[in-house]
Amino acid sequence: MTFSRRTALRGLFHGAAVAVSLPLLDLFLDGNGQAMAATGAPVPIRFGTWFWGLGVNPTRWFPDKTGPDYDLKVELAAIKAYQHKINILSDFNIPLDGAPNLPHTSGGVGIRTGRAANGEGNLPGASFDVLIGDQIGTKTRFRSLEIASSGGTRNSLSGRGAGNLNPAENSPTALYTRLFGPGFRDPNSSSFTPDPTVMARRSVLSSVTDQRKALEAKLGASDKARLDQYFTSVRQLESQLDVELTKPAPMEGCAVPRKPVEREVNSEIENVVENHKIMTDLLVMAMACDNTRVFNMNFNNGASSLTRIGSTITHHQLTHEEPLDNRLGYQPDVTFFVDKCMEAWAYFVGALDGVREGDGTLLDHSLVFAHSETEFAKLHTIDNIPMMTAGSAGGRIKTGMHIAGGGTVVSRVGLTLQQVMGVPVDRWGAQSLETNKPISELLA
Amino acid sequence: MFAAASPVLRLRLALAVMTPLLTWSCMPVQSGPVAGVAASAAPAPVGQQIVAMRRLTEAQYRNAVADIFGPDIQVAGRFEPIVRPAHQLIATGAASASISPAGLEQFDAMARGVAGQVFDAKHRAAFMPCTPKDEALPDEGCARATLTPIGRYLFRRPMTAEEQAAVAGMAGAAARTSGSFYTGLQLALSAMLTAPDFLYVIETAEPDPDRPGQLRLDNYSRASRLSFLLWNTTPSAALLAAAERGRLVDPDQMQVIAEDMVKSPRLEDGVRAFFSDMLMFEKFDDLAKDPVVYPRFNAEVAKALPEQMLRMLVDELVTRNGDYREIFTTRRTFVNRALGPVYNVPVASRTGWEPIEFAPDDDRAGILSQGGFLALYSHSGRSSPTLRGRAIRERLLCQPVPDPPGNVNFAVVQDTTNKEFRTARARLSAHANDPSCSSCHRITDPIGLPLERFDGIGAYRAQENGVDIDRSGTFEGKALMGASGLGMLLSVNPATTECVASRVLEYATGRSTEDEDKVLAKLEQGFSSDGYRFSALLLRIATLPEAYQVRAAPLGAPSKVALSSIPGATR
Repeated sequence: MTFSRRTALRGLFHGAAVAVSLPLLDLFLDGNGQAMAATGAPVPIRFGTWFWGLGVNPTRWFPDKTGPDYDLKVELAAIKAYQHKINILSDFNIPLDGAPNLPHTSGGVGIRTGRAANGEGNLPGASFDVLIGDQIGTKTRFRSLEIASSGGTRNSLSGRGAGNLNPAENSPTALYTRLFGPGFRDPNSSSFTPDPTVMARRSVLSSVTDQRKALEAKLGASDKARLDQYFTSVRQLESQLDVELTKPAPMEGCAVPRKPVEREVNSEIENVVENHKIMTDLLVMAMACDNTRVFNMNFNNGASSLTRIGSTITHHQLTHEEPLDNRLGYQPDVTFFVDKCMEAWAYFVGALDGVREGDGTLLDHSLVFAHSETEFAKLHTIDNIPMMTAGSAGGRIKTGMHIAGGGTVVSRVGLTLQQVMGVPVDRWGAQSLETNKPISELLA
Repeated sequence: MFAAASPVLRLRLALAVMTPLLTWSCMPVQSGPVAGVAASAAPAPVGQQIVAMRRLTEAQYRNAVADIFGPDIQVAGRFEPIVRPAHQLIATGAASASISPAGLEQFDAMARGVAGQVFDAKHRAAFMPCTPKDEALPDEGCARATLTPIGRYLFRRPMTAEEQAAVAGMAGAAARTSGSFYTGLQLALSAMLTAPDFLYVIETAEPDPDRPGQLRLDNYSRASRLSFLLWNTTPSAALLAAAERGRLVDPDQMQVIAEDMVKSPRLEDGVRAFFSDMLMFEKFDDLAKDPVVYPRFNAEVAKALPEQMLRMLVDELVTRNGDYREIFTTRRTFVNRALGPVYNVPVASRTGWEPIEFAPDDDRAGILSQGGFLALYSHSGRSSPTLRGRAIRERLLCQPVPDPPGNVNFAVVQDTTNKEFRTARARLSAHANDPSCSSCHRITDPIGLPLERFDGIGAYRAQENGVDIDRSGTFEGKALMGASGLGMLLSVNPATTECVASRVLEYATGRSTEDEDKVLAKLEQGFSSDGYRFSALLLRIATLPEAYQVRAAPLGAPSKVALSSIPGATR
């Protein structure tokens, strides 16, 4: 499936479009279900994160038993149907080496970057999803998709650091247009006509890169790094166009969805749940159509601004201000939101598992990492933050396990996930969070 | 004045009847920019280096497109947010903002949208000095003649000969591939709109003849500084012409030019942009209020709140050319239909804004009693003296308040229905008995509690849960009463004016002013002698020599720019 821009451009010289007609195959996959029959290419393995803010009630969430067949506590009841495909990770710590624990920031940032946070709304280094994207995201139309069903475009834990944060898409209709609007090529369409305008854009972008040297000669080091980031982004745009100019391999699970109706984007929980569903379905289809292999979905934000009609305060304020119910032993209104988060997670996993691909499902060909940013939000604890994985990444990891980290550093999780996804890294994180010890129990 | 359309610098050749641009005095009239300067290419720079790359904000991008191509050209897309560094401005974050793949994808889509409109059948005649020989074929000569003058506006400097050849080449190649000359133009223009030279305001320094071995910002970089600082938009034709003639490195000529710009009605755009940054208006994007607690709050109110604050600020500081301190005490503001119920005043106008003035005994006085401030620094279902006090300290006095400790016990601060603590004051004093909390709450609460007669959306209330609200407070040891008392004490506190002066300097330079004590002291002195007129402060900073001086650094190393470390910088 290697693509040569020159050959494709030559085919369209003088604007004469060539329709490449291919028979639509009845069987997309070869006999063993792991490769596409049409091209022999392996089924793509996807990676993504799913974030929810403000943690859980630890005693009501973490299983008592480690290993396979862990016990499901009440706050994890929603995942019951998928338990055999989900791992629970507990007891991993985030030492900050004296850096302050920035409430609702340090936890998520520590997990994703292997570094102590240095401020709100910023990342102290690259998040590992971006590093995985560098490895597996370059052959698709979108290197990665960032989505937030509440909390604004800044609700993102994905980026390269140094002032870069990948903005999140908040609106279902905008997401639809980006994914399935102009520029989308149905992989299962029987004919393929490269768009001459896309070809022209591709050639223009190449010339943009040619301008680079003139600027660089006059640049200092810090701005040079930013210019590098800019041209990395240009290259990504180029490869997106390359993808649009290539006849896509047929995808068994791909069915172009219908455009969702315009919806409110706000923090009201019932609306957020619905927006999350719609955007999940769109994302799943974008992966089924192999338009992206990397994603970051944020259900709510760290200091969750979720509200519930009739309540005077947000989810975040509730965690601070709602008294512990002595009889129940937890904060009931906070727990309402915890349950909503877990139901949304279960929906997300189910949506991935609902798309058939070869001998398994899209979930089986994915690795999804879910996490929060605190263990117990009332106290802002960042050790033992609840984390999960779903899917086996095409059989690369074991599933259905509860793994306790024994108080080791959380960067082991990021290191393991990168290695599973093929990133050549043997040591990751900074200061006390630096580690070279992947979680071997997870590896298949 | 709000109805007055901003003067538009159209590139349209229909208007460009060779108006000679020889004197600056024709400044506010900006038609007819292109001819004459269009063909000149920038000479190869000697000893130049880039000292800053500041990403355009969304407003700057939109203003630039409207000024260059006309207000009917639509910009549709989502802008990658610029990260605000802690306790600083987005303008400073812009100087370290990078562009991610997702961000560039959006900029590319917006660029194609703009370029598609500019060269569509309806608009293109206005931007083209030539007709292609054949619409289906490349015509690099015509493409070059069309794109070169546009490039000068987009890049805020003349394009180099190589750049001119490159964009003409792009247009040609794209015309060949697509079979359309105009598609070629559109794609070349969209490449220019996604170029780092457009998306970043690139500040370039040159050797400073007055300070051997040191650098100063060059003419074109100064044009951008002035324009984005004062008008929040791309430099006008007149400003670029002044830069071309080398006028902006001459302090006297710079002074005349900056004075004219400060007098222009477009100063309003600059003032709006500055205060939107200083007061963190990006938080309005996420403003949510509980509909059950605040049935009067809706999307129209949310939209009107920041606009009301900006109208008041523009009225006091631009229209009336007022003293900055008066924004804390003024009884004048503006309301529209949406705000009528919040302020409990009748609004006759169906769609527009009306000036109103509160009675002298009314507690509404100054920016702290405006609905926008009160609502932004409240929770979704109740007011917050702590958030309001903190915002006053951090945003208006530049006094950062420490974050709460990681493991605060908020158990004492019960919900608003608690029978024992029926007002915010009672709840907070119960909570702040804990010494680890009280040290910070002492900084914030005594200046937040005087605003308690305004609820979480800024509507007036005399009571909370049936108890009369006590609006007493203290500020720097002085007792005060209500919003008007607080505004009065803030207006005479030196931290207030020092804060805004340091914010404007940070905003102009895109750099932290942490180590600039000497420059700031000099600024504050000047601000005081100007009677604290805000427009005079803008002028002072726009023409501050130190703000344009750069310490030379070898290429390849980050160029460290610290105003006060420059020899003679505070003469």
